[in-house]
Amino acid sequence: MQDVVISVVERTMIAGTPLLLGTVGEVICERSGILNLGVEGVMSVGAVVAFIVTYTTGNPWLGLMAAIGAGMLVSVIHAFASVTLQANQVVSGLALTMIGLGLSGMLGKPYVGKPLEVKMDDFAIPYLSDIPVVGPIFFDQTPFFYMAIILALGAWFFLERTSLGIKVRSTGENPRATETQGVNVNLIRYMSVIIGGGFSAMAGAHLSTSYSKSWIEGMTAGRGWIVIALTIFSLWNPGRAIFGAFLFGGIFVLQYLLQPLGISPNFLAMLPYLATLLILLGMSLSGNKKLNAPEKLGEPYKRGER
Amino acid sequence: MFRIKVSDRETTTELRSFLTNVASLGAGLCAIGLVFVVCGVNPFFAISKIFLGSFGSMYGFKETVTKAIPLIIIGGGLTLAFRARFWNIGAEGQLLMGAIASTWVGLAWGPHLPSAVIIPLMFLAGFIGGGLWGLIPAILKVRFSINEVISTLMLNYICAELVTLLIVGPWKGKTRFGFPGTDNLVDTATLGVIPGSRIHYLTLLLALVAVGILWVVVFKTRFGYEVRVIGENPDAGRYAGINFFKTSLIVMAISGGMAGLAGVGEVAGIHHHLTYPAAISSGYGFTAIIVAWLAKLNPVYAIVSGFFFAGILVGGDAIQISLGLPAATVQIVNGILLVCLIMGDFFFKNKITIKWGR
Repeated sequence: MQDVVISVVERTMIAGTPLLLGTVGEVICERSGILNLGVEGVMSVGAVVAFIVTYTTGNPWLGLMAAIGAGMLVSVIHAFASVTLQANQVVSGLALTMIGLGLSGMLGKPYVGKPLEVKMDDFAIPYLSDIPVVGPIFFDQTPFFYMAIILALGAWFFLERTSLGIKVRSTGENPRATETQGVNVNLIRYMSVIIGGGFSAMAGAHLSTSYSKSWIEGMTAGRGWIVIALTIFSLWNPGRAIFGAFLFGGIFVLQYLLQPLGISPNFLAMLPYLATLLILLGMSLSGNKKLNAPEKLGEPYKRGER
Repeated sequence: MFRIKVSDRETTTELRSFLTNVASLGAGLCAIGLVFVVCGVNPFFAISKIFLGSFGSMYGFKETVTKAIPLIIIGGGLTLAFRARFWNIGAEGQLLMGAIASTWVGLAWGPHLPSAVIIPLMFLAGFIGGGLWGLIPAILKVRFSINEVISTLMLNYICAELVTLLIVGPWKGKTRFGFPGTDNLVDTATLGVIPGSRIHYLTLLLALVAVGILWVVVFKTRFGYEVRVIGENPDAGRYAGINFFKTSLIVMAISGGMAGLAGVGEVAGIHHHLTYPAAISSGYGFTAIIVAWLAKLNPVYAIVSGFFFAGILVGGDAIQISLGLPAATVQIVNGILLVCLIMGDFFFKNKITIKWGR
């Protein structure tokens, strides 16, 4: 019984990892006032690039680096459209998703169905991993898990405690006032979108080089969209995102747990999406729906306009 | 050295709007050409192949018309939602809901009713199915402040699983020998096609009439006026006492209902039974977003842009076969064109002057 519980919680951590990485990235991006709906596409690009580079070089760390680079690069499209050209961020983000999904399908076609011989190896932290129960769950994990936790805490510290983080937040709250303080609002927004893209790509890299060790089209399976919902759920706080991401990781694992009970697999596949709606509904009913949302989220900023 | 100055354009014309769109699409095709070059494909050959594949042969043209039907009807409906600033990304799910509802009516009553009764009933069921599915995000947004982009997308995934659940489970047809899919509709519950093609003309006619009516609604009625006010200036709308709840609900019932009609067309006109979600709709709900955007949110223009993007879908199939490119190519083409269209808007709204010298 104990083994089952350990295995379930461990798998929850693994399933929640890409959600946490993506959510932290989106939180940083939205905190600067830019809504990026391109997460699903960027995640997919990250997954395919990480797979291809790992497959050809045999080094998953190189794959991860390349994925982050590629994710940042494609995110420039959204940054340019929504910051420089002040375009509608909903439409621009959707366009980024289409391009990302298309690009990854095109690049990845020769690699569909090929198994990865090397993968991102699990890393047992000395001593800590020997602790009963807690050890195997939290300290004998894929490096992505540790990175996600550290980056989430780091992002919280960055946004709440550093002067650059405060500039990012005030850019999302009141870009005009921020600009008068001598902050380059557009630069901050560009950086936030691009960094957010890097995070999404990391999430994708986890899916293809650690979670499943293969590339198939559509393997992100809506995780990018769940990330957008988790950003709201976390009230734009990277610390709270840890909780949200692993809650959802648990729902992904629940699908496999309930399957032997004879429940239709198609119904179980609906669970993460149903849960997303129900959790947003619950938040709204408990009254903290608009709490903490960046004031100018999604609104283009026109420099020098009075 | 030179300086770039950006200022608001004071006057705009329909002609300039049209020319901006044409220039944006031109720029988009250049960018797509670049992607082809990177992929080692001759861009002139590939792009000409796209348009020859869709508009250059009789077969291609018929297929283009067939695929234009759902794009026009969904894109038209989306223009209304987008005008009210309701970001309905859920047309794919609303289409599937329409398909489910009409299949249910068709299978249950098809054998007992004459064609002239069952066909309108199926369209009605499809409209209601898609419309009700569209009402969910509307209520969630207006009553519970839940972002409609997320809710409509989640409902897409849920509906796709629901269709699969039905065709492998309770609705699996006896004539399918264990394969997924419902039984075929009786012939009287299917739509006629133009001989030698797959063009189900009744749905095409319905699409044209629907966008025409929608044009009248948007530009000639009080309701349309309210929708436009909400979209252009929500604060003014609030002061004028416009009922947001009611307007959003009607907008989404129409937008979702029209997507549902497209679902009826695909089931009754093309497949004649309910099958896998990816087969019923090849991403029409998403492509229709670009259709609406290219149409400048004018329902009647959705006819033209619907044909254009239907051409790209069909041409995309053609280059997949002749150049061995993956199906995802069409998505890149669509995404790049959409980016170029929204970038073009910037040059439509703003005047850019470059000054040489100090």
